[in-house]
Amino acid sequence: MNITNSKYEEALARYAKKIAVAATEEMVLNMGPQHPSTHGVLRLELITDGEIVKEVIPHIGYLHRCFEKHAESLSYQQTIPFTDRMDYLASMNNSHVWVMGVEKMLGIDKDIPKRVEYIRVLVCELNRIASHLIAIGTYGIDIGAFTPFLWCFRDREHIMGMLEWASGSRMLYNYIWVGGLFYDLPVGFEERCREFVNYFRPKLDELNGLLTNNQIFIQRTANVGVLPLDVAINYGCSGPMLRGSGLKWDLRRIDGYSAYPEIDFEIPVGKGEMGTLGDCWDRYKVRIDEIEQSLRIIEQCLDRLQKELKRTPDFDPRALMPKKLTPKPQDYYVRGEGAKGELGFYFIHQKKKEYDKEGKERFLDTEIPYRVKSRGPSFCNLSVLPAISKGVMIADLIAIIGSIDFVLGEVDR
Amino acid sequence: MSFEEIKTMIVNKFGEEIIVGEETTGLQPALLVDPDRIVDVCLELKNNPQTYFDFLSCLSGVDYGTEENRFGVVYHLASIPYQTRLTLKISKENSRDESNLPSFPSISSVYQAADWHEREAYEMTGIYFEGHPDLRRLLLPDDWEGFPLRKDYTTVDKYYKGIKID
Repeated sequence: MNITNSKYEEALARYAKKIAVAATEEMVLNMGPQHPSTHGVLRLELITDGEIVKEVIPHIGYLHRCFEKHAESLSYQQTIPFTDRMDYLASMNNSHVWVMGVEKMLGIDKDIPKRVEYIRVLVCELNRIASHLIAIGTYGIDIGAFTPFLWCFRDREHIMGMLEWASGSRMLYNYIWVGGLFYDLPVGFEERCREFVNYFRPKLDELNGLLTNNQIFIQRTANVGVLPLDVAINYGCSGPMLRGSGLKWDLRRIDGYSAYPEIDFEIPVGKGEMGTLGDCWDRYKVRIDEIEQSLRIIEQCLDRLQKELKRTPDFDPRALMPKKLTPKPQDYYVRGEGAKGELGFYFIHQKKKEYDKEGKERFLDTEIPYRVKSRGPSFCNLSVLPAISKGVMIADLIAIIGSIDFVLGEVDR
Repeated sequence: MSFEEIKTMIVNKFGEEIIVGEETTGLQPALLVDPDRIVDVCLELKNNPQTYFDFLSCLSGVDYGTEENRFGVVYHLASIPYQTRLTLKISKENSRDESNLPSFPSISSVYQAADWHEREAYEMTGIYFEGHPDLRRLLLPDDWEGFPLRKDYTTVDKYYKGIKID
């Protein structure tokens, strides 16, 4: 087993040599994995010359749990809690995409009741706001502003409370199931949610006054970490990263899945208002604008959930759940707009091969996927970091990292 | 451009033998391409103004099982201007010998996004990518033995670096 080809070690040797040379000529600096500005367990190896960063080498995998191996040994329904743990700040969005993929493979995606679809969109958008609030709050703290962080967490707490009320858990919900939901919304949820929207709108204006238009914040973020559009596309960036560079690309519109085609919302893009198009401030602003649009989506969902899709006593969100989740053998790549960008799952489903007593082979239906590959948006968004942080100051690197808004649970999976 | 048109376009450009098959039964049709020519095909699909597949959504390394001994890579391309999608597949047989990994050309010169995806496919399924600029392990430690997403992967060790595995 130990005979290896020297060709496979070549890249590692080249890297070790580069670091050894850099250690004598320049300085090699480790940022992380415990650094608070790396938002989790990300290690960045910086080759620096004075205060200028010459090269960034990201080292990831500290939070690796091999989601794909888990998924190969669990059934589709059992894997939903594992998808929650990928992007743990926007769990609903993850399970929504996973469930959509499985439903499409089973061929029941057209039969899902409208009320279920609207509840899914409602909780996903609530979760998107919560995720963006963390992005904005921690971005402020990276730059040196402490108050926005506390304000964002205060408002996020309302969302956490509501989602806990619906699902029983604060962060990892396991709420969206294949063919339906864990439970219908609790009685009074719609009213409480509307109250939150009315409460939150003015708070967003306060936040804009405090951080978005703050001169110190603008000076730290405008013209920093400029990500040109062609680079963003080539590196597979998506979500606010891509939209911050000025491209209207939102899978909620492009693919029009779930209830999104019936909902009216805009796609905010970066405009280079404070500096260059695609700088850190633009990416930050896209998130602020997206919160506003999410609030609009939530209001429209609530309108419909309280009127034509009103709760009825005999409504059962689990009515359509198949007893067994056994799709036909096929390949399917599903994608959806998570809070950070394009979240994708690639399924390969095959029949299970078994031998009976006489040694004859037979193929059985199975609930377990043959192979699952997950494409996390943060994974691709982070991979662009070395390209846009050549020759920046170390302090600006912090601003760039914060503006990418990655979650290491999803980068490492 | 529809799937058939794309296929015809590639055949006209590179010849019949570049397409080794197609899968059209599923929800998403896939083109099976000659592994050695994948870079040419990707470059053409990316630069041709009629297709313009400029976005690499996903790249997956796949082990097709211990009986077939076949390894493959699946590419999911998307075109932003045309809002279309395409699946490309390449595969080849391999004896599962660790000193002779299945080897495919790297497309990281065409799509930078493939860089990290290929590194992940390399460490997880043991697929070597010829011409990749920096094919180190990405998620696993540098001294990890075996390829976890291969179908014959087993963990027999009771200990990992002195830490007992329960």
